[in-house]
Amino acid sequence: MKRVYVNEEWCLGCHLCEYNCAFANSGISDMATALKGKTIYPRIHIEEDDKITYAVSCRHCTDPICVKSCIAGAITKKDGVIKINKDKCVGCLTCVLVCPYGALAPGENGVMQKCELCLDNSCGEPACVAGCPNRAIVYEERGEEE
Amino acid sequence: MKRYVIIGNGVAAAGCIEGIRGTDSKTPITVISEEKHPVYCRPLISYYLEHKTDMEKMNYRPADFYEKNGCEVLYGRKAVSLDKENKKVILDDGSSVSYTSVCVAAGSSPFVPPFEGLEAVEKKFAFMTLDDTLALEKAVNEDSDVLIVGAGLIGLKCAEGLHGRVKSITVCDLADRVLSSILDTDCAAVMQKRLEENGIKFMLSDTVTKFSKNTAYTKSGAEVKFDAVVLAVGVRANTELVKNAGGETGRGIIVDDGMRTSIEDVFAAGDCTEGNDISSGQKKVLALLPNAYMQGFTAGVNMAGGESLFDKAVPMNSIGFFGLHAMTAGSYDGELTDCSENGNIKRFFIRDGLLCGFILIGETERAGIYTSLIREKTPLDTVDFGMLMRTATSAAFTEENRRKKFGGVV
Repeated sequence: MKRVYVNEEWCLGCHLCEYNCAFANSGISDMATALKGKTIYPRIHIEEDDKITYAVSCRHCTDPICVKSCIAGAITKKDGVIKINKDKCVGCLTCVLVCPYGALAPGENGVMQKCELCLDNSCGEPACVAGCPNRAIVYEERGEEE
Repeated sequence: MKRYVIIGNGVAAAGCIEGIRGTDSKTPITVISEEKHPVYCRPLISYYLEHKTDMEKMNYRPADFYEKNGCEVLYGRKAVSLDKENKKVILDDGSSVSYTSVCVAAGSSPFVPPFEGLEAVEKKFAFMTLDDTLALEKAVNEDSDVLIVGAGLIGLKCAEGLHGRVKSITVCDLADRVLSSILDTDCAAVMQKRLEENGIKFMLSDTVTKFSKNTAYTKSGAEVKFDAVVLAVGVRANTELVKNAGGETGRGIIVDDGMRTSIEDVFAAGDCTEGNDISSGQKKVLALLPNAYMQGFTAGVNMAGGESLFDKAVPMNSIGFFGLHAMTAGSYDGELTDCSENGNIKRFFIRDGLLCGFILIGETERAGIYTSLIREKTPLDTVDFGMLMRTATSAAFTEENRRKKFGGVV
């Protein structure tokens, strides 16, 4: 399946992916209304130190420990894509405690959210990748057929 | 005829069903469910009281789960013994079910010390099951004074759940601090403060010596009036089935990394077991939902003739009260490095060059990076642990490690 992959040597640390993610998942059609002056809760985030910078989002693991650990049965894997049922999530953060990649974080209301590859929003494919100015994140097939 | 039997119908059983079906899609499965509910999210009972979830959302799996997985569920039936010679599970109505392999996922039961006068208390409850919760909900109202005996995870989550629904909540515990099984003194004080700020009253280093109908008398001489009592002193693994069949048990049913007990074709998973805790190198009862699922899944794969090991078990808890989250993992028998700052607690325990445990309160972002250091036994000299202690980030790992994580299929 296609996933989001990172080329850290090309990442400028511009944080555009975060804005494009927050916008794509806002359900609002105008970017300024969606984002301007607001604290954003993107599902991808930039990590950096003084030498490197790269984007982190859900790896859609083949054997996802978050799915197995969710105490609310709110995280499921379907057709390779790992999703959160926000109605079921109680915000216990167990998924944060187990994800080795640091890819999950709560949204504005304390309910968890994560990258779902923009498959269910108006973008249809990852908005972070579409808006990356330097191909530091890509959406493609890698590795073996699953 | 071949048949898999699962004793218990909690999350370990659900894991077991899914483990079996990943390997064997056909052989029938019989689930013996003492509780008259399909598998539900047991840790959510306090969230139910808080109105953060409801009965429908608490279902762990969709309504067609058993049917789709070819399971027959015997609701309201209890397994009373294992006949290992004839490979049969004997039920409380005298009937029996034959097994090819069986998974004991019988969970745990509340431990109630023999309090003097407890029989005179009309409204007393455990807080382990959905039925306990519904009974407790029915018995209290906004005029109720509630006494909770036990300041552990169960007692305190019950307190949070009842908050706002009753007049007062008092929690007593023989221990000198709250959450004594997972927090040290300083960390416990932080969580206690948050609970007290929300009106929960504590009587610590104190214990009930006697009950009358509506009063508890404590060792320190205090008298606590109550309308309802919740007994959350502790739990005990349900080991009897395996123990009585001659299997090896300690505080739980002893299992190996494949969830095999010492009896052939008898597996066990979840809160009733004692498995390997890799953070301490000891056998431990790890009564946690993630472990229950993963143990159940492993047992299921192996029962069905596949090969699976669950050899990365560590104790871990993510527990929040009134918006303040604590996360703990591993064991604390290492050298302590305290990186607490700005009111957040961050304590790391290091032994033999490995992270063996941590406690975080407040700042819990990306804590799974720490948990994975314990689980994967990552030598700390292969990462920038100084950076990690400041903030949980993959930037502290090697470039090659990051390329694998973020540039490949994991």
